[in-house]
Amino acid sequence: MTPLIEALLLQAGYNAALVAVGAALLGFAAGAAGTFLFLRKRALVSDAVAHATLPGVGLAFIAMVWLGGDGRNLLGLLTGSAVTAGIGLLAVEWMTRRTRLSEDAAIGAVLSVFFGLGIVILTVIQTMSSGRQAGLESFLLGSTAGMLFQDAIVIAVGGSLAVLATWVMRRPMTLVAFDAEYAAASGVNVPGIDRLMMALVMAVTVIGLKIVGLILIVAMLIIPPVTARFWTERSQSLIWYAGGIGGVSGYLGAAFSASAPDLPTGPIIVLVAALLFLLSLFLAPARGVAAAVFRHRRFQRKVHRRQGLLALARREPIHDELTLRVLRGEGLIRADGVATETGRAQAAKIARDERRWDVAREIHQDTGLAGRYDGLTPIEEVFAPDEIAEFDRRIGGPRAKREGP
Amino acid sequence: MGSEFVMFSLTPMLIGVLASVACALPGNFLILRRQALIGDAISHVVLPGIVVAFLLTGVVAAIPMLLGAAGAAVVAVVLIEAIKRLGRIEPGAAMGVTFTTLFAGGVLLLEQSDTSSVHLDVEHALMGNLESLVWLRATDWSSLIDPWALAGVPEELPRIAVVCAGVILLTLVFWRWLKISTFDEGFAQALGLPVGAIGMGLVITAAVAAVAAFDAVGSIIVIAMFICPPAAARMMTNGLERQVWWSVLFAVISAVLGYVLAGYGPLWLGGENAVSAAGMIATVSGIILALACAFGPHRARVGARAEV
Amino acid sequence: MTDPSVTLAASGGQAAAQVRPDAALSLRGLTVSYGEKPAVFSVDAAFPAGEMTAIIGPNGAGKSTLLKAALGVIPRLSGEVSVFGQPIETVRGRIAYVPQRASVDWDFPTTVIDVVMMGLYRQVGLLGRLTGALKARALSCLDRVGMASFADRQIGQLSGGQQQRVFLARALAQDADLYLLDEPFAGVDAATERAIIDVLKSLKSEGKAVVCVHHDLATVRDYFDNVFMINVRRIAEGPVATTFNGETLNATYGGRLAATHIDQLNLVEGA
Repeated sequence: MTPLIEALLLQAGYNAALVAVGAALLGFAAGAAGTFLFLRKRALVSDAVAHATLPGVGLAFIAMVWLGGDGRNLLGLLTGSAVTAGIGLLAVEWMTRRTRLSEDAAIGAVLSVFFGLGIVILTVIQTMSSGRQAGLESFLLGSTAGMLFQDAIVIAVGGSLAVLATWVMRRPMTLVAFDAEYAAASGVNVPGIDRLMMALVMAVTVIGLKIVGLILIVAMLIIPPVTARFWTERSQSLIWYAGGIGGVSGYLGAAFSASAPDLPTGPIIVLVAALLFLLSLFLAPARGVAAAVFRHRRFQRKVHRRQGLLALARREPIHDELTLRVLRGEGLIRADGVATETGRAQAAKIARDERRWDVAREIHQDTGLAGRYDGLTPIEEVFAPDEIAEFDRRIGGPRAKREGP
Repeated sequence: MGSEFVMFSLTPMLIGVLASVACALPGNFLILRRQALIGDAISHVVLPGIVVAFLLTGVVAAIPMLLGAAGAAVVAVVLIEAIKRLGRIEPGAAMGVTFTTLFAGGVLLLEQSDTSSVHLDVEHALMGNLESLVWLRATDWSSLIDPWALAGVPEELPRIAVVCAGVILLTLVFWRWLKISTFDEGFAQALGLPVGAIGMGLVITAAVAAVAAFDAVGSIIVIAMFICPPAAARMMTNGLERQVWWSVLFAVISAVLGYVLAGYGPLWLGGENAVSAAGMIATVSGIILALACAFGPHRARVGARAEV
Repeated sequence: MTDPSVTLAASGGQAAAQVRPDAALSLRGLTVSYGEKPAVFSVDAAFPAGEMTAIIGPNGAGKSTLLKAALGVIPRLSGEVSVFGQPIETVRGRIAYVPQRASVDWDFPTTVIDVVMMGLYRQVGLLGRLTGALKARALSCLDRVGMASFADRQIGQLSGGQQQRVFLARALAQDADLYLLDEPFAGVDAATERAIIDVLKSLKSEGKAVVCVHHDLATVRDYFDNVFMINVRRIAEGPVATTFNGETLNATYGGRLAATHIDQLNLVEGA
């Protein structure tokens, strides 16, 4: 356990500390930038962007070797990856706009073809004399082992810049993500903001290549916003929640990974984020599954109870098993299906409410009442006691003959 | 192009062709159902499925791997649906969450377990290794009727051949169900067709095709096989039957041309070593798609999109 | 099994359902909900055979939901559905459904005649041969909606009205006894509307039951025999002549239908 605590406290070495900080910053930037993609319902565009970085990494390596350099300069490789990621993005847009293909097909085509091309280029590099130890495969799944100090600096600085850019552009991006048409009408340059969003996503992807790898970086863009969505309904806080979840995942994941061998950084970061997601999915108070299941069951019983009582009031036989169970469970009917005294009283109350609603709807024809008349809303929630008294007075009047038994 | 071709190129090329066709067929329906990225998700979860199957059985054998991958695909699809419905999350994001998580789990398991002795490693899983599937017992074309030589074909070949035949058979048998439930799901449901089972069957078929192809071309390039030939085919015709024929043709062209270019292209350019055949197959399929997008006679949309 | 002859008292409505032992489609206690809000609550209904019924109600009142839930296209929270007195699963072959046009992708790679042939899929099964006779039947169905010359057209090239006619032809090919149509007149041209109503009336004269989700109050009286008025709950149900009046319309639409508008609907025969 000690190595883990050391890593968590940034005591596991200079590089490990820088990587942990870099991963936390990256996670924050990815979560925040991913929020806009998620709200724009284009989460998987980032998958195409991420896979499209591979040929760029390879080409940049070849170019740098050809120019007489080392070929492994991280900044150079990242620049190359950004170029092909951008081309991939344009390809997705071109296909979606110009042809009958939908965006999902375009995304899948771009990510797989660019990846395939990247693999071809990697095999070319392997045959180059200087390419055998290039280690470009580490960009597939990320690897922080043997990372140079200057690489860690690139990641930490890049992460900080991405966070800063997200913060500066948060307002126009939120506007576009929530309601593009309204944003356009109020003079926001929507295509420009969209492009900026994608540029930010690209930046995060490129910075994350070394830590998380190009296959899993998309998780950092998608999982935090989806997780954050369970905890808040407000857009501004969604960004910060997502950033926080991403940052925590990045930090914890990097620390875990540094604490033991055989714990690859990228997958661990993603699994930490996924764990936070699972917890939120099940336990979040309003949108979580546990709460939803509970609510649905309660709601279904409410519907069956009401329908059962209506049937009792009209002296109709009840066939539905669940309805019978609910009524029996509440002691409203006996085992043989005959209404108990409480059942009759409740049924009478419901029958009275139904008659009240009839009158209410006759009197208040233009108050948009139809929407509340859904069979479940108690009339006391909609009308004041004196209004209800008035309904009762009318029920006692001429209508009673028509509706009475 | 004599004995050397039969020994080194015939089987990988055949495997490439069969894998491409097996993936392209379900791909046609996935694309029309706007589920192209289900192919993406499936091919990513093939890795964890195979790793789990290996950890459970301790052997690298065809049947457990197929079952493991198909199981992982089902788990992934169920998870995606669950996240979509329970969390009210849009489908793309639900897919992204699911397949990246399962993939990360697969990589971690692989790194943690002792799989170095067997040919299961992440890079191989991602990139495939088509070139290694050679037929060493072959001497020349006459080996095709030599039982001893035939017994020595790489086991991947009969495996993908059986899967490809199975996919073709399923496509033919369930053609009408697939067509109607893809075009008009509500109507198919009203007819009493098992719409949910048809959709799940399509996904499982795609998963089985993906895992059989995975050996040869790796899990990412499988996505190209699912999407590119059918997408290019969609630009060539407005009939579903003809689209499927076009997609098969494009799949075969991608596989053959991709393999040839990977093997001989560098030699023609003065290089010495071949490049990744799987990568080249994906690249060729991408070039075909790009050409179809630019010049295909039916590249523009004509009908209105579905609103629901 | 529910006895279809039991008279159902209206659940809060003004008009009680009549005794319909011959109901083509009957619903009992049907509730459907999206989330926590019932879209359709505890609806009883009996749509008679050999007649045409309109399901009307304001937007969001659950008209299409009622139809889809009856068919099992969307899940029900509670309730029972029977068709010609049988559970729906056993009589699927006697039902033809025409979904809303907008529910499908009209860019799908297929032709008009292909879509109509889909109506035969249940009959021919997975591998049964689509014989020349069946093709001829599909063509004659297209002819009935005036679209025979469009048989080989790609479906994306059709106008909205033509798309609707193709969907109707597909339903005709099913040769059913109960026709359920979801907004068949929405967004179609006048000629198409006439063509569709002619076909529906001829179906009725053949003794078939026709149920349409309908939105145009002005044509209810001309087109339909019965009306089923819904706004989450059943409001009223019965023959147009006696049921379709200012009182029930107000009850269904609340204030959303201006009084002057109701006057223009020529509600009472001879008024």
